[in-house]
Order: sequence, then structure tokens, then C-alpha cells
Amino acid sequence: MSAPTVSLPARRRARLPFSSWHLLLIPATLVLIFPFAWLIVTSVETPAEALHFPPILVPHHLDFGNYAQALQAAPFGRFFVNSAVVAVTTVASNLVLCSLAGYAFARYRFFGRGLMFVLIMATLMVPFQVTMIPQFIITKWLGIHVLAQVGINHIGALILPNAATAFGIFFLRQFFRTLPIEYEEAARVDGASRLTVLFRVVLPLSGPALATLAALTFLDSWNNFLWPLIAVTSTNQMTLPLGLANFQGAHSTEWTLLMAGNVMSLAPMLLIFVVAQRYFVRSVASTGLAGT
Amino acid sequence: MLFGVAPIVWSLIMSLQRNNLFSSGTPFVGLANYRQMLHDPVVTQAIEHTIVYTALFVPGTMIVGLVLAVAMNRQIRFISVYRTAAYATMAISTISEALVFIWLFDPSYGIVNYLFHLVGIPQQQFLSSTSEALYVIVVMTIWGWTGFAVVIYLAALQGVPKGLLEAAAIDGASRWTTFRRITLPLLSPASLFLLVWLTINALQLFDEVYLSTAGGPLNSTTVLVYYLYEQAFGTTAGSVPGNFGYASAIAYFLFVIILVVTAVQFRVGRRLVHYRS
Repeated sequence: MSAPTVSLPARRRARLPFSSWHLLLIPATLVLIFPFAWLIVTSVETPAEALHFPPILVPHHLDFGNYAQALQAAPFGRFFVNSAVVAVTTVASNLVLCSLAGYAFARYRFFGRGLMFVLIMATLMVPFQVTMIPQFIITKWLGIHVLAQVGINHIGALILPNAATAFGIFFLRQFFRTLPIEYEEAARVDGASRLTVLFRVVLPLSGPALATLAALTFLDSWNNFLWPLIAVTSTNQMTLPLGLANFQGAHSTEWTLLMAGNVMSLAPMLLIFVVAQRYFVRSVASTGLAGT
Repeated sequence: MLFGVAPIVWSLIMSLQRNNLFSSGTPFVGLANYRQMLHDPVVTQAIEHTIVYTALFVPGTMIVGLVLAVAMNRQIRFISVYRTAAYATMAISTISEALVFIWLFDPSYGIVNYLFHLVGIPQQQFLSSTSEALYVIVVMTIWGWTGFAVVIYLAALQGVPKGLLEAAAIDGASRWTTFRRITLPLLSPASLFLLVWLTINALQLFDEVYLSTAGGPLNSTTVLVYYLYEQAFGTTAGSVPGNFGYASAIAYFLFVIILVVTAVQFRVGRRLVHYRS
């Protein structure tokens, strides 16, 4: 079928075989994923190819030597294990401790409850930079006088200060207050202890809230940089962001090596994120909806 | 409590002391640390850079997020690919993000200069230039926060009732008018949330500066948090490491700025934001 030679702009637009939004989304997506693509391309090039002008968009052959070399230069496997240990422990302890504290604030009257809650809320407002120096001094003191594993230069120091966060306590308290209290009262009447009520009745009803707290805590912990930078100096205690920054300091112009290290650093989180995308996105969206 | 409340009070006390790793005692010096800030030219620069950065980064991220979220709020082919590409930026640590962008914007071998070359723009120094480095950091952080802004706006867009939009269309409103008069006001709570959240984060910019420029060249990217980090824990020549008292004073100054800015945003926002009951 041949189109008439004279056509109105409106009709021509109507005849596009695809939604015109693609014309915006395709370039935008290319810009968004270009850094990822270029990172991977550089990581499998030889140094000569990476510095070639004009840039070589498709490498002639895949050279994974950079990865082996990067692994020799810095223990990325160790960084990954450290990051995973810190993130998983932080998430687990936040779920337990914030549930306990949040439930106490939500349902029980105890001496100083109001004051303590206000104080915890106040810490939500304070930027980390205000507390980081005292936190550093406390951590150092704990390491020397109490337990080396939670002191400076040990990954324990990355877990303990974040083991229970004000945000987690506030978030779970708000959620627990929306649950119908009748179930809890019924369980108490049947002789269940307060802890049994929390673990057997309340928490099973709190799946979505716990999942959201877990996802946000995990992202935060995994990408945290400033505190590890201050608290850890020896390579074998570093998390991925800190290890990568350190690696960059030592190899600042070896781009192929740096990009190979960068791919290894961001791949685990990217994979987890893409697999569990719906779950992460819902969690992040809920922080915004809570604010509205 | 140990890691929450106590340090807040402690650092307030420290900000009133002369406290560094070399002095034996920590005498109270009143407001001397705060007075020192007034006369420290680097603090003035850091405040300027923090303001410029925040003023560009926050609206930039909100506009990019809004445009992409509106474009992605429809069922068309490949929509999940588009969305995943935007979301994926959330999974990237600030350090990974900064490292990629240093390479993209490398003055000699970076691909951005090559693209500039193709369209006839002369070679730029980017992160090595005192006049450009801060803007490159703006670009990389907007990229890094795009996923977050898109998620927030998409969630809000999905709460816009379809009936309202259809009613406006039946009444003959153009798509642009409908967007401006109905969608945008309904998105205002999400916009206020993003404004406050992004501003708080922008005022605390550190990671990207640390990795890409270390405050340079010539302090042109020194922002408040970077400067206080250098004062407390830095090892670069010229700054005295372990200046805990002075760093605490700068931190408290930043805290007050954040409180005031957030309060103003909420106060003004409450008047402009349209809440549905």
C-alpha cells in the first residue's frame, strides 16, 4: 500500500510503527547503560587498545588477563567476602534488634519511653559527619579495652555501630502500630510471653515491612564508604568500595586493570539487584510513599 | 544509645575544644573553632562549592527522574528493559560510579573528549580543570541517582487516578495541559520528598570527591564534608591530621545548615504541595 504523498504531520505521527516514547527512551537508555558497557569493553582490552585514538569500540579479541592481574594485585575475593559478611550480619542484627526495640516502643509503656523515642528520632536528623569522630574514638577504645574484633581495623567495627539503626526502629514501630492488637491480646490471654507474641504473632504478619528494611539496610551497608574509610586501613579487612578505592590509588592510570577490578566489584550487587529487582524497587518506592 | 545519642553530645563538646592528636590536653576554647571557620578561606570556598553543587544536582536529578518516569509510565515494548537500565544505577556504589566516570572523562584518552572531537568541540580538561571539575561531579552523581528518582516518581505516577486524566481529556484538555494541571500537582508530595532527600544527600557529598579529585585541582571541588574529613583524618600535606575539634565545629555547622534548609523546604513545600486526603 502506498501512502499519499501529501500527509498531515498528525497523521504521519499516527502512522509511526511504534510508540513515539521510544524516541526518548532509546537514547536515554543508551546514556544510562553506556558507562556499564564502556567499563566492560575497557576491562577486556589490552592497555594499548584502551589508549588508542580513536577509541576501539569493539575489542579485537577478549583478553581476560586484566582480571587475573587485578586479582593478583588486590584480593577482590576477600573484599567480596568482607562486604558480604558485613552486609548480611548488619541486616540480620537490624531485623532482630529493631523488631525488639520497635515492638517495645509500639506496644509497651515503660519508664522514659517518650524521652528515649524522641532521642532516637533526633539521631535520625543528625548527619553522620557529626557523629563519626566520636564513633571513631569509641570504636578505638572498644577495640583496645573490650574486644579487638569490634575495634579499629576489623570488620566488626563496620557492623557494631550499625547493628541497630534509628531508621529501623522508627520504621518497624510505625508498622507494628498498624497491626490489629486483638491477635496479640488473644495470644497473651492464652499465656504466651511477650517475646513469643512478637516472634510468633507479630513478625509473621510483618513480612513486607521486614523485607523492606532488609533491602534498604543491605543496599546501605554494601555501598557504605566513609565509615569503612575511617575505620579500616589494612587491606584484608576492606569491603568492596574501600578496596576498590585503595586499588585505584595504587594503579591510577592502568585503566584496563582498574576497569577489570571495577567489574568484579560491582558485578555481585548488580546481579543480586537484577534478580531481586522487583523487591528492591518496591522497598525504595515505599520510602518515598511514606514521605507523602 | 552508645553509637546514637552519646556521639552527638560528645562532638558538640569537642567542637568547643582545641583537640588534635598532638596536643596532650583538650582545653575548652569556647567558640574559637567556630571563629576560625569565619577566617578560613577554604571553608568559604567549600560552602560555595557545596551550594553550587546542590543547586545543580538536586533540580537536575529531579528533572531527569521526572521525564524518564513519565516516559516509562506506560506499557510499551521493551519497557522492562528501559526500567531495568534506570534502576540498575541504584545498585552501583558511589566508588564504582566515580571510577567509571573518571575514565569516561579522562582528558587524554576518555571517550567523552572523543565524542566532543567528533562534533568539533575542543579537548577539555574536565576533572583536571578548576572550572570544570565540579560540573563533572554533578554529571556523575545525577547519573548515579537517576534510578532512585525514577523509582520514586514512577511509584507516585502509578497513584494518579486514571479517571481524572480521562475526564480532562474528555473536557478537551491537551496532553500537556493535563500533565501540568493534574499530574504535576498530584506528584508534588513525591517532588517534595525528593527535594528534601536529594538536598540532604547533596550537602553531604563526599565519596565522589574523595575518589575523583580529592578536593582539587586547587580546592576547586572541596566541599564541606571533604574538608572536615581532611581536617580530622586527612593525610595530605598542608592540612593537620587529627584536628578533631575543628572538624567537629564544621560538622555542626553543616548540621545546622541541613536543619535550616530542610525546615524551609518543608515550610514552603507545605504551601505548594497538594495532598489528597
